[in-house]
Amino acid sequence: MVEAIGVRKSYVGVEVLKGVTLSVARGEVSCLIGPSGSGKSTLLRCINHLEKHDSGELLVDGELVGYELRGDKLYELTDRRICDERSQIGMVFQRFNLFQNLNVLENITVAPIKVKGVGDAQAKKFARELLVRVGLEGKEKNYPTQLSGGQQQRVAIARALAMEPKLMLFDEPTSALDPELVGEVLDVMKDLARSGMTMMVVTHEMGFAKEVADTVYFLDQGVIEESGDPKTVLTSPSSPRLQSFLSKVL
Amino acid sequence: MDTNGGAAVKVVPVRHVGQWIGLAFLALFVSMLVHTIFSKISSGVTSCHKVAGIKTCHAVMTWRFGWNSIFHYFTDGLVLKGLIVTLELTVYAMVIGIVLGVLVAVMRLSHNRLLSGAAWTYTWAFRGTPVLVQILLWGNIAFLYPKLAIGIPFTHLYLVHFGANSVFTLFSAAVTALGLNEGAYFSEIVRSGLIAVDEGQSEAAMSLGMSRGQTLRLVVLPQALRVIIPPTGNEVISMLKTTSLVSVIAVVDLLGAVTNIYNQTFQIMPMLIMASLWYLIISTILSIGQFYLERRFAKGALRTPPLTPIQRIRQDLRGIASKYRTKRGIQAGVTP
Repeated sequence: MVEAIGVRKSYVGVEVLKGVTLSVARGEVSCLIGPSGSGKSTLLRCINHLEKHDSGELLVDGELVGYELRGDKLYELTDRRICDERSQIGMVFQRFNLFQNLNVLENITVAPIKVKGVGDAQAKKFARELLVRVGLEGKEKNYPTQLSGGQQQRVAIARALAMEPKLMLFDEPTSALDPELVGEVLDVMKDLARSGMTMMVVTHEMGFAKEVADTVYFLDQGVIEESGDPKTVLTSPSSPRLQSFLSKVL
Repeated sequence: MDTNGGAAVKVVPVRHVGQWIGLAFLALFVSMLVHTIFSKISSGVTSCHKVAGIKTCHAVMTWRFGWNSIFHYFTDGLVLKGLIVTLELTVYAMVIGIVLGVLVAVMRLSHNRLLSGAAWTYTWAFRGTPVLVQILLWGNIAFLYPKLAIGIPFTHLYLVHFGANSVFTLFSAAVTALGLNEGAYFSEIVRSGLIAVDEGQSEAAMSLGMSRGQTLRLVVLPQALRVIIPPTGNEVISMLKTTSLVSVIAVVDLLGAVTNIYNQTFQIMPMLIMASLWYLIISTILSIGQFYLERRFAKGALRTPPLTPIQRIRQDLRGIASKYRTKRGIQAGVTP
């Protein structure tokens, strides 16, 4: 589903990704762990083209992100095509980013109606189903500020799912939550993983990674330092940097 | 430490001597001001009449501020006509300014260099020259372009053409000048509003596949309004007063009408005071409107919206009443 080959990205002089190569299969749940500044979030943002990668190949579902290969040249996609690509990838942010001017139901239905052209009634029906799925039925009319952080993040997940994405990206979805609210969001994500969704999760929740992930990638200073199945990577790490990282977070 | 046996201790508030002295001076000043506003002076005319064969003369007194003239002309046809021109100018110029301002602000934040450059240049030119000069320039545009025409550029092939002064009246010149000037200022207000919306909002919108236009229209602009609305009220009030400048190109607004009157009657100060009173009345009405508009848009952002003046008076009265009741209650308790 996601294929990255030697992806590089720098911000004004600082190279954040120094050639990242990974491969995520359909239905696979992969967790990206690593110290802050290691490039985990940047990688996710490149995958749905919120950031442009400088070099290397990045493919989602067999298609290049942001470019098109015709002959032997790479053509940059038009804004319209980029929007199209993005609409098939769901993203959940650390700070929820629910639309403050819209209520819960509108937050979930706005993109299906305006981007995919789904009918009003159908979009609302699907939104209600999703709210049941994330355990927030009856909150349709509430505004984001009237919800707890955990509730907001669950609405954000429902909002992303409303576009019926083929891939879900989670950028530290529980880092901005009070400790007692982390569980409810992780439960929704576990449920989603069980349903066969392809997921890439940047997280500091090692318990979640161990329980749900098929593959764990440890990023450090812009490269994947170590990867593999969670049991091996998290319990008997081979690289000293991962050992020292785990000793700090566990 | 409790030496009072649990009985209520009397609280003595701090005495603010300075405040009382200040208040005394203020009262003196205000009474002098009221006195001079409503005083009468000799008009220079002496009136004499005979009572029982004895001729007595006395000076005729008039209001120093010419209240009788003010009262006489306050709702004069010319004045009201001028007032309507002032209000029309304010409304038209603000509508142009707001539409242009939003457009220019969006252009300014565009990734297209040409659009943002054009927007920057517009703001630079119209904010960088005095509005009075701009009014004079538009008022005299016929010197520069005596004829306006629609045709093929750089040729003399015209579809239609007319004299500049026939389509571009002084009134429309005034509206153009004020509107374009306001647009430059308003675009900065809109821009600050757009910038104030958290970047995460547009990122989330784009991650759902929304285009830039949809993101702006559905997510960013509605949230920017909360920041844009309060200064808009300010701009309207400011515009009401700025319109008085158009009298330099002989548009007869409120000030123009008043000037015309005093050029004939020589009642300069009373007429200017009258114009000021009218401006004060309109701007007071506008500020009341602004208060309620701001209150409405603060919903959701503020936990408790500010009280309306009526609510505040009611709260004060309730406070006084309850104070009075407790005072009586305590006295009743002390002296049965």
